[in-house]
Amino acid sequence: MSCQPLQASNMEQLLEGIWKQNPVFVMALGMCPTLAVTVSAFNALGMGLATTFVLICSCTLISMLRRFIPREVRIATYIVIIATFVTLVDYIIQAVSLALYEALGAFIQLIVVNCIILGRAEAHAANNPPLSALVNALGMGIGFTIGLFALGSVREVLGAGKLFGISLFGEHFQPWVVMVLPPGGFFVLGLWLLFFAWLAKRKEAQHGA
Amino acid sequence: MSMQLRASPHLHSGRDVPTIMRHVVYALLPVCAFSIWQYGLSSLALIVTVTLSCLAAERISNKMSGTVNTLSDWSATITGVLLALTLPPAFPLWMGAVAGFAAVWLGKSLFGGLGHNPFNPALVGRAFVQAAFPTAITTWAPAFTPQRFVEFIPSSLTLPLMQPNDITTWVSANMVDGFTGATPLARWKFEHFVYPVEDMITGAASASTGETSALLLLVCGLYLIARKFMDWRIPVAVVGSALLLALAFRLFGGDEYPPAHLVLLSGGLMLGALFMATDMATSPVSPRAIWAYGAIIGTVTILIRYFGGLTEGVMYAILFGNALAPLLDKYLQPKVFGARK
Amino acid sequence: MSGEQPIHFVPPVNSLRMVRTLMLVTSLCGGLIVAVWQWTQPAIAANKKVVLERSVRALIPNAAQIVEYDASAKGVTVAKGDAADGAIRFYAAYDKDGKLDAIAAEGAARGYSDTVRVLYGYRQACECIFGIRVTQMRETPGIGDKIITDPAFLQSFEHLDVSLSPDLKSMFNAVKTVKHGSKQFGWEIDAIAGATITSKAVGRGINDSAQRLLPLLVPHLEAIKQKGGAQ
Repeated sequence: MSCQPLQASNMEQLLEGIWKQNPVFVMALGMCPTLAVTVSAFNALGMGLATTFVLICSCTLISMLRRFIPREVRIATYIVIIATFVTLVDYIIQAVSLALYEALGAFIQLIVVNCIILGRAEAHAANNPPLSALVNALGMGIGFTIGLFALGSVREVLGAGKLFGISLFGEHFQPWVVMVLPPGGFFVLGLWLLFFAWLAKRKEAQHGA
Repeated sequence: MSMQLRASPHLHSGRDVPTIMRHVVYALLPVCAFSIWQYGLSSLALIVTVTLSCLAAERISNKMSGTVNTLSDWSATITGVLLALTLPPAFPLWMGAVAGFAAVWLGKSLFGGLGHNPFNPALVGRAFVQAAFPTAITTWAPAFTPQRFVEFIPSSLTLPLMQPNDITTWVSANMVDGFTGATPLARWKFEHFVYPVEDMITGAASASTGETSALLLLVCGLYLIARKFMDWRIPVAVVGSALLLALAFRLFGGDEYPPAHLVLLSGGLMLGALFMATDMATSPVSPRAIWAYGAIIGTVTILIRYFGGLTEGVMYAILFGNALAPLLDKYLQPKVFGARK
Repeated sequence: MSGEQPIHFVPPVNSLRMVRTLMLVTSLCGGLIVAVWQWTQPAIAANKKVVLERSVRALIPNAAQIVEYDASAKGVTVAKGDAADGAIRFYAAYDKDGKLDAIAAEGAARGYSDTVRVLYGYRQACECIFGIRVTQMRETPGIGDKIITDPAFLQSFEHLDVSLSPDLKSMFNAVKTVKHGSKQFGWEIDAIAGATITSKAVGRGINDSAQRLLPLLVPHLEAIKQKGGAQ
């Protein structure tokens, strides 16, 4: 997938990250923030967008510099670039919403070690022109955001009876405490993975028939 | 069931899984009957709801995975009944249904069905609702209220997804004197109060639906042991290690620690030791491993009860034992005759 | 060097090129960071101030004006930037007539899963803490987070004795979190049953902060009262 520049159309590339190679549900990458910050839909979206921002900016920049970066120091260069954009997003989130910043905590800084980003940089941006890198990164970013949102919304609905902080079931709702605790993250992720595996299996069976 | 690993030839005993499971259900019926006599409609509805939800979960997972119908092997029924017996009598029915689905899905189906599950499904279900609804699962209701056969405990009929209805007015309306809403273990932990023995045997103490009478549980367990449907070594090891440890703490630690009879008769020790720890799929098979398994469960139970934040520890102790079972089997397996290390 | 040996198949590494690339990339990144920092800093500072004032107002409803001070061994000064080493930040709340109403300061201690930060309000008249407000915590929902809502727990802080010993060097009695239901004295905090670790963190955070702050603060209280009137 990485060494065929411009063969796939941009649309296909975009869909690749959102669906076929979804970082959360298919590749199971970036599990640490996926499990840790998805206690609410708002946090999940914030984390997803922050990661998408870092992903797009760093992949585009790396792609622009790709002929200029010697192989021997490429990882160091990528990390410097990724860390820069993580720092920027850290400042920007603080400026936009301190509440979100506190909810996400150390996981903003930890975007730097999210393997999706270094993986995209190494596997795609390093060998492709900027536009292709941008589209690919955007697809992955959206895919990651969707993954986080899928977890965050389920956990918030069951764990607090709310979605985006809006109460869904009235004041007598009984929160499922386990859903906002770490085990809840594993349960919900597992159920989503099960659901996608079941979908894939069913599709396979239909094609076979 | 007594099983020993021996060299061939092997003879079939004529017993299969459904037979054994059916007899376990028979053995649980008196326990269910006693709890219905104590708590009336609420207890009956809870047992029925939880069992039905376990059966429904089993059926759905059969359909989704495209495997054969496994309802007739009785295992989902046992899971349901056992799970209901570990829940408090005033537990809202919808939470009971959640527990039933969690038990079968998280505890069994995801691992591939009966025999592949590393943990006792009923306890997985209970652990799930314990983590999800910590308040409801420690809200106890008084037994033997006069209206128990015509009315529900108000919290039983809570609307799905809603907080349990408050039962304090119901408790005072029924004028249950001296009802504190705390289990014998909790009253020891927080007040150093020693519950009267007769209350813990006749079912007057606050407890989960099926653990109010240690004596009745013992009798039912003895039936299974006598019919050789259950390995007697597991309950003996669990209760024995718990008893020894409790006596040792009492002897050397003094009044800080509860008297040994309180440890034996209260909480879920009997139910867990006789009906949960003995689950064939999740316990070891070689003799030395069985003793070690039982001793670990008994010891962890005591450690959690005495030093943990929770008042009761049988559930986590058994789940812990389940997790260790394959390891125990591996390291404590009998030597093959003639083999050298 | 390696190029002089013909048997070597590793292509020569041009270290100059590597250094040049890294330098360029790092300076580019450095520039970006500085630019965004300058751009966002005012907004971040404003955000922090809003959040802080909201907490202080919630604790001290009469506060019309809030002034930040730093207390250190050298005395009490109006705060500028981050608190210096050894100095403790506190907030003096003045009512609409410019009279000093109360002092607020933050204590922090490690709870069950992360640091618990608590803003506490202090009045000289009763030599006591009259209320707290949790500003940051990540404790277990349904258990540890009761420190925000549990009425019996919060009642301990309605009149928590933090009076200083006569020499003004330390508190007469250290603030202490005691087992649920066993509070006897004015300086004790009644822990929440089942959430002892979190309750103790609150007590410890307040005690650590008050033990350091009050001896530095109380001798200068008159000056602070004056300042408020002047501003």
